[in-house]
Amino acid sequence: MSARDLHGPGAPWGPEAPGAKANADFGVVGKAHRKIDGLAKATGAAVYTDDLQLPGMLHAKTLRSPHAHARVKRVDFTKALALPGVHAAIGGDSMPIKYGVIPWTPDENALAVDKVRFIGDPVAAVAALDEDTANAALKLIEVEYEVLHAYFDPREALARTAPAIHESKKGGNVSKSVQLDFGDVDSALSQAAVVVEDDYTFHGTTHAPIEPHCAVATYSADGLLTLWSATQITHYVHRALSRVLELPPHKIRVIQPCLGGAFGGKSDPFSLEFCVSKLAMLTGRPVKMLWTREEVFYAHRGRHPMQMHYRSGATADGKLLGVDAKILIDGGSYSSFGLVTTYYSGQLLTGPYHFPSYRFDSTRVFTNKPPCGPKRGHGSVQPRFAFEIQLDQLAEKLGLDPLEIRRRNFQGDFTRTVNGQRITSNGFLQCLDEVERASDWRARKGKLPFGRGLGVAGSMYISGTNYPVYPNEMPQAGVQLKVDRSGLVTVFTGGNDIGQGSNSLCAYIVAEELGLKLDQVRVVAADTDLCPVDLGAYSSRVTFMVGNATIDACRKLREQLVAAVAAKWECAAGRVRFIDGLVVDLEDVSRSMSTMEAFQLAETKFDTLGATGSYNTPTLGGDYRGGTIGASPAYSFTAHVVECEVDVETGRITVERVWIAHDCGRAINPMIVAGQMEGSAYMGLAEAVLEDHDINRFGLHKGPSLLDYRIPTSLDTPEFHALIVESLDPEGPYGAKEAGEGPLHPSLPALSNAVYDAVGIRLKHLPFTPAKVLAALREQRAAAKQESTGALARGAR
Amino acid sequence: MLRLPKFELRTPTTLEQAIEWLEEAGPSALIVAGGTDLVPNMKHELFTPELVVSLAGIAELRGIRRDHDGALSIGAMTSLEEVAANELVRAQAPALAQACSLVAGPQLRSMGTLGGNVMLDTRCQWYNQTYFWRQALGFCMKKDGSLCHVVAGGKNCVAAASNDSAPALMTLGANLEFESAKGARETPIDELWLADGIRNKKLEHGEILTRIRVPPVGTGHRGAYGKLRDRGSIDFPLLGVAVRLDLDSAQRVEHADIVITALAAQPKRISKVVETLRGLEVESPEFASACETVAALAHKQCRPLPNIPGDHDYRREMVPVYVRRTLAAAAARSGPVHHV
Ligand SMILES: Cc1cc2nc3c(=O)[nH]c(=O)nc-3n(C[C@H](O)[C@H](O)[C@H](O)COP(=O)(O)OP(=O)(O)OC[C@H]3O[C@@H](n4cnc5c(N)ncnc54)[C@H](O)[C@@H]3O)c2cc1C
Ligand code: SF4
Repeated sequence: MSARDLHGPGAPWGPEAPGAKANADFGVVGKAHRKIDGLAKATGAAVYTDDLQLPGMLHAKTLRSPHAHARVKRVDFTKALALPGVHAAIGGDSMPIKYGVIPWTPDENALAVDKVRFIGDPVAAVAALDEDTANAALKLIEVEYEVLHAYFDPREALARTAPAIHESKKGGNVSKSVQLDFGDVDSALSQAAVVVEDDYTFHGTTHAPIEPHCAVATYSADGLLTLWSATQITHYVHRALSRVLELPPHKIRVIQPCLGGAFGGKSDPFSLEFCVSKLAMLTGRPVKMLWTREEVFYAHRGRHPMQMHYRSGATADGKLLGVDAKILIDGGSYSSFGLVTTYYSGQLLTGPYHFPSYRFDSTRVFTNKPPCGPKRGHGSVQPRFAFEIQLDQLAEKLGLDPLEIRRRNFQGDFTRTVNGQRITSNGFLQCLDEVERASDWRARKGKLPFGRGLGVAGSMYISGTNYPVYPNEMPQAGVQLKVDRSGLVTVFTGGNDIGQGSNSLCAYIVAEELGLKLDQVRVVAADTDLCPVDLGAYSSRVTFMVGNATIDACRKLREQLVAAVAAKWECAAGRVRFIDGLVVDLEDVSRSMSTMEAFQLAETKFDTLGATGSYNTPTLGGDYRGGTIGASPAYSFTAHVVECEVDVETGRITVERVWIAHDCGRAINPMIVAGQMEGSAYMGLAEAVLEDHDINRFGLHKGPSLLDYRIPTSLDTPEFHALIVESLDPEGPYGAKEAGEGPLHPSLPALSNAVYDAVGIRLKHLPFTPAKVLAALREQRAAAKQESTGALARGAR
Repeated sequence: MLRLPKFELRTPTTLEQAIEWLEEAGPSALIVAGGTDLVPNMKHELFTPELVVSLAGIAELRGIRRDHDGALSIGAMTSLEEVAANELVRAQAPALAQACSLVAGPQLRSMGTLGGNVMLDTRCQWYNQTYFWRQALGFCMKKDGSLCHVVAGGKNCVAAASNDSAPALMTLGANLEFESAKGARETPIDELWLADGIRNKKLEHGEILTRIRVPPVGTGHRGAYGKLRDRGSIDFPLLGVAVRLDLDSAQRVEHADIVITALAAQPKRISKVVETLRGLEVESPEFASACETVAALAHKQCRPLPNIPGDHDYRREMVPVYVRRTLAAAAARSGPVHHV
């Protein structure tokens, strides 16, 4: 039996059926607690990567390409190296090995080796005594370019193959193409009572975390490389460093300090991590690189623009028969997670509704723009946007209420999707009920004054991916516990807390399982020397996987603690209960001790204490090529109702209120869950009405600053109502699934649907700028005029 | 973080000292007030002064008072926050108070000064960018280059005047008091401007704006400011509309003025406004329909350019809407006209 098979249904952490335990029966779980690092962050004590100052530290800067597509003919460092205070300068030839977060598509270099592929692509790096000297040195580096034709339009990139952006790729500028068929869509659609076919556009958006990327490296005399980096995946950075720098992995230590936001934008290994490492190795001194806000925009890896064509059909009573999708994905200049994105754009649409037949054809092309990647709701926010609008179009044709059509197509729980994904618990119907009730939908939908409207949309998302990005059968999450005579338990986890609260989660679980007070638990995380491997903060996997691994470790440890106490009290183990820092005898409450005493008893009895725990997903996924991509041990479900107001004179859409019902499984800390739900809806709506990550006609980023890239301020933020739905998952920790990404999805289509309710225009092309709203209203008036003159003419006849 | 180029900072405590240092250093010296415009511009290497003279230590440049002739006199170093909240300003110059209340966001309004706002550099999407970005572009005429990316083949920079206070002060007939080594001068704000986005002010080196004087108004004075922007805070205007109405005792328009900013290098006064509105009683249907006429006039006279970010056709479409709404707000003693 391999590690993987230990963790299927009936895994060891569910002696009580998860549904049996109500939140009230838990000590810590299900209740609101502060994040364990909340006070440190609020008081400014938290240490972020840029707070690190090491003796003798040098500062590094990156020289970037001013051309969107060019061959690098020559890089000359002579003048830069002659500048006093400059310690080292490197170009692409210092690190020629390519890397990429997906092992099948390594197409990035830390610094350009032969070509640059977008304006802002890193070309060279300099380490100097201070930032100003490093900046001055950059201006002295001479680079000779041969400018090539640049692709800004994905359609052109698809049609034209030369010059190819990645010459090593077969198939011109196609990064990945996936066609999958499930059932006979054509015949299903030919039998449909109604068919809707339409085009939808998702524009580019980026993460805009408040903390810019930063990395610090040291290289010791005995050859140990230590990297502190603002990353959300320490483990993949560790692997990539080993590959590119050709160092054995045990000679590398990667540490993630406190992180100021990521949202997927810190998932790839980034140029600066290699550069500071290499520069530290060359100079023997610590080296730091902090990117400017502009550089963060160039690093991007944000949401892929998608041009989507959907065709769906339903029976006369609104049951879906088939869905047919064709999607063109603008990947920007590198692969990043693009292989997965291309699959996700099709694979993750098959819930919460039952699709009897489904087909998708998704193609990702390279263009000479900042590279796209994973952003909160990776790959599935765009198709969800298109499909949930199309569902409303179907409902309209059928004269059905939009909520009703969603109910009628509910796929049910403990079922399988058309593309072979296993669905476990599914609280989607309850989500619909909740938003219907809370928004007073029945009384208000379609009945609000002109200019004000309600819209609904639903979605599903993964709780972790079934397979790591590099194939292996080792656990996806590992946790180690150290038990101290002082009464303290320290959790060592490779998980990356990126603000979502995953370190707090570990503490809550340990406190719950071992009956400790929260301040008796400390968490050491995301340090590859100290912590067992975890695959990092992506795909909403941490609560599910690290949570399960933590429970696993705790239960092993608890067994020893209980045995030691039972031996001392000479009672059955079942009578020993750990509660809130105390150990009590359930049958003789006068008998108790502190958990510290229990730890000491156990250490006396069993030797030094500790435990490991792990989690791996069971074998899942469809039995076809790509069938495991999109397979997850559990899925979360969401429904939103958005209420908006449209000013028909200015075209401005104001989102007034949003009801977010999200089935996260067990809400281990409902306060954090609600925060994730609100933050998700905030981000989704920002993408709908404000944010636009694009280039101008020269291929330059339109406005790489937080002034020009408009993220909403508090004044632009609607009122949120987080409605937590808990459909307990049989395999999640205490039944938990995820809350960090799923709740983003419905906000954009729900807004489009609300605008339709408000003023009768269908917005299908993001972003919903006031100018587009006005254009649609004009079109609507023109159509109405034509209609009425037509009616007049018909009347006259 | 972007680095500031190296410079020397001096903080005189008297106006005389400031004038002397500026005079001594010549054009390589710049004035800084709150720094909320100059500092980002220096980080973008749009200005690389050797000496920066801060006015922050000069007490006489701060504060708002009413002069014996009834005029409001506002020290150039008074913060926008203070101007917006000041009772005298709100009563006597409502459009100015409203405009200042909508500049940038709260932190910037507490640092930014009214003087700095009047003296704000013009803005353009091809100009307010980092050195790297501008270099990748090949620069532009306003700084380091020779082409204009807004008007192809254009010989004139059309970067946009983007200071919210300017149109309000123009409707109020404000005067600006300057001091320099050559002495003091007072000039109507209307006469400050040049139709050149590179340098949109008639100003000699070393001239310090000391006070902004707003002449007294009658009891029938009304004013309002309307601002179009993407977000409820932070953003510069995509359009700024200042309206003035002066009513007689029967609520009829005696005098009216509209100035619009964020179009080109200087704020633009709409012509034929007073002719259209004079004599109309503000609550009458005639006034409402005359406002429509004024809105149409403004639409005809204003042609926003693709200089600042955003869709310039949309900005033009919003001219009549914001003119009409701001007129209505002024008539109703409300405002500002802003989407949040
Ligand atoms: C994110 C952001 C958003 C902004 N949004 C807006 C907005 O919406 N509307 C708006 O109008 N402005 C906006 N601003 C610009 C700026 O904050 C304000 O215009 C502010 O009023 C400038 O005042 P200051 O005192 O900071 O000027 P400074 O930056 O100190 O100076 C600005 C210019 O005026 C000159 N100067 C200053 N004082 C004097 C003086 N007394 N005599 C002679 N010359 C002088 C300086 O040399 C400099 O050239 C924004 C700025 C930022 C960073
Ligand atoms: S209008 Fe803009 S692009 Fe043209 S010269 Fe002026 S600043 Fe440069």
